[in-house]
Amino acid sequence: MDTILSIVGVSKTYASGHRALEPVDLDIARGEIFALLGPNGAGKTTLISIICGIVTPSTGTVTVLGHDAQKDFRSARRAIGLVPQELSVDMFETVLATVKFSRRLFGKGPNDAHIEQVLRDLSLWDKRDAKIRELSGGMKRRVLIAKALSHEPEILFLDEPTAGVDVALRRDMWKLVHKLRAAGTTIILTTHYIEEAEEMADRVGVIDKGRIILVERKAALMKKLGKRRMLIALQAPMTAVPADLAAWNLALEDEGATLLYTFDSENEDIPGLLAKLGTLGIGYRDLETHKSSLEDIFVDLVEQKDAA
Amino acid sequence: MSTHAATKAPAVNFHGIWAIYRFEMARALRTLWQSLVTPVITTSLYFVVFGGAIGSKISTVGGVGYGSFIVPGLIMLSLLTQSISNASIGIYFPKFTGTVYELLSAPVSAMEMVIGYVGAAATKSIVLGLIILATASLFVPLSIVHPVAMLAFLVLTSITFSLLGFIIGVWANGFEQLNFIPALLITPLTFLGGAFYSIDMLPQPWRTVSLFNPVVYLVSGFRWAFFDKGDVSVGLSLGVTALFLVVCLAVISWIFKTGWRMKN
Ligand SMILES: Nc1ncnc2c1ncn2[C@@H]1O[C@H](COP(=O)(O)OP(=O)(O)OP(=O)(O)O)[C@@H](O)[C@H]1O
Ligand SMILES: [Mg+2]
Repeated sequence: MDTILSIVGVSKTYASGHRALEPVDLDIARGEIFALLGPNGAGKTTLISIICGIVTPSTGTVTVLGHDAQKDFRSARRAIGLVPQELSVDMFETVLATVKFSRRLFGKGPNDAHIEQVLRDLSLWDKRDAKIRELSGGMKRRVLIAKALSHEPEILFLDEPTAGVDVALRRDMWKLVHKLRAAGTTIILTTHYIEEAEEMADRVGVIDKGRIILVERKAALMKKLGKRRMLIALQAPMTAVPADLAAWNLALEDEGATLLYTFDSENEDIPGLLAKLGTLGIGYRDLETHKSSLEDIFVDLVEQKDAA
Repeated sequence: MSTHAATKAPAVNFHGIWAIYRFEMARALRTLWQSLVTPVITTSLYFVVFGGAIGSKISTVGGVGYGSFIVPGLIMLSLLTQSISNASIGIYFPKFTGTVYELLSAPVSAMEMVIGYVGAAATKSIVLGLIILATASLFVPLSIVHPVAMLAFLVLTSITFSLLGFIIGVWANGFEQLNFIPALLITPLTFLGGAFYSIDMLPQPWRTVSLFNPVVYLVSGFRWAFFDKGDVSVGLSLGVTALFLVVCLAVISWIFKTGWRMKN
């Protein structure tokens, strides 16, 4: 693995005495999209803030492109762009001015062509002379992304990029992420949503209560975690699952009144199952599908961990 | 570990310093009108009240007309309060709005940040001082005996008190705290520091007590540059100002070494 970012033994206890992060070891490969998945308060922002130099770690070291993030912070930080979780922007600045400011702050001379490209990619070019306080929340988030991309970072951190964002912007964001990845940018994002990790990431790390519970390639993780269930309310209860339906992972519930189909994204075959029910003349009143929630997944993971 | 030869960053981030400096100057330019008109009006008022009303009772101080005599003190008063408020708001505001995340994550050292913020605040103070000087010259006859020394004191004081303002801005956890030190300490010390009188005019023990007020030395040195005479020797004035500068620098390097109130 061509490691672009290496985290060794990084932990954090805040001044309040709160232990936000247990010692974390993590390597990020050049060019990958890594999703950090975890519930509120898991320590995602804390970990990102430590890597970016906003929070001082209690223990451990971060190495960016071979540079120690504390001792050689200049070389480390100028390779990094950060889109924070909070909408922190200079209300009185114009879009263009604040993005140009960011580029300079990160040690780069002006490059109007690049700035224009970034603003166009984010549909901000028409708004370039608008004061930021005149923009909507979603637009402000785009401005934060533009600022983070202004200095052409090799590593981009997106801390909950789609929180409070509508479907259109979410799509744009995903498109942008794929475009950046194609250009070789390494991306680390945090999210609460498993679908988001599924849509964007190559690898997923699951974090809970300051601990990284597991790190896996997305495909493997989705197989493990992306379990879904479909409840089929039958018109007439049955005593056993018919042998003709053995190809689907089925079970009976509610004293035979409900057929439970469990599947994941790999082996999903709802149309096949419904067609088969039709040919067998099995009638149903209602269908309901469920995804395992993040909470279910954490419970599962923690149980697996304890069992191991 | 990785094998790619990542380039090392240059030792000084000049672009970063320039970005901060320009950002801070732009903040003042947005309110250019206020920045210019306020000191002109205030200065004029001082001349009407002090120069006119009191000046008619006290005609000269040490051979200098009272109206002219108060000019250095008047400039000092504005320099001190404006340097502190400019620099403290400059660094406090990003903390307040959360935009400080960008400064902290940027390849900008603590000293570069100080140079950007304090440089801009001091620049504004120096311009302000010159505006007040120009306004004053409309009211009273002014000749500056040691113009180079005058500029040196102007610059040195602006930088020193901008540093102090920066410290206050880093320390402050609310807007009240931002105003606390200027209102409670700086303004009284300036009024009691001989801005509008010579401490020789005070009865004992107040004259001796005044010597513990650092502002006395600033005003005195500045006044010496104008009229070739001050309450204390110019060397002592310069020494105290320089000492104050060094203390502020020491406090700032300590703040950044400990990350005090800037980082969690
Ligand atoms: N400055 C701070 N001082 C004390 N505790 C803090 C501070 N910042 C965060 N914490 C605590 O550390 C823990 C981890 O917070 P963090 O913001 O890293 O979580 P997160 O995974 O980003 O959560 P979310 O999904 O809600 O953004 C939380 O319990 C939080 O209350
Ligand atoms: Mg967070």
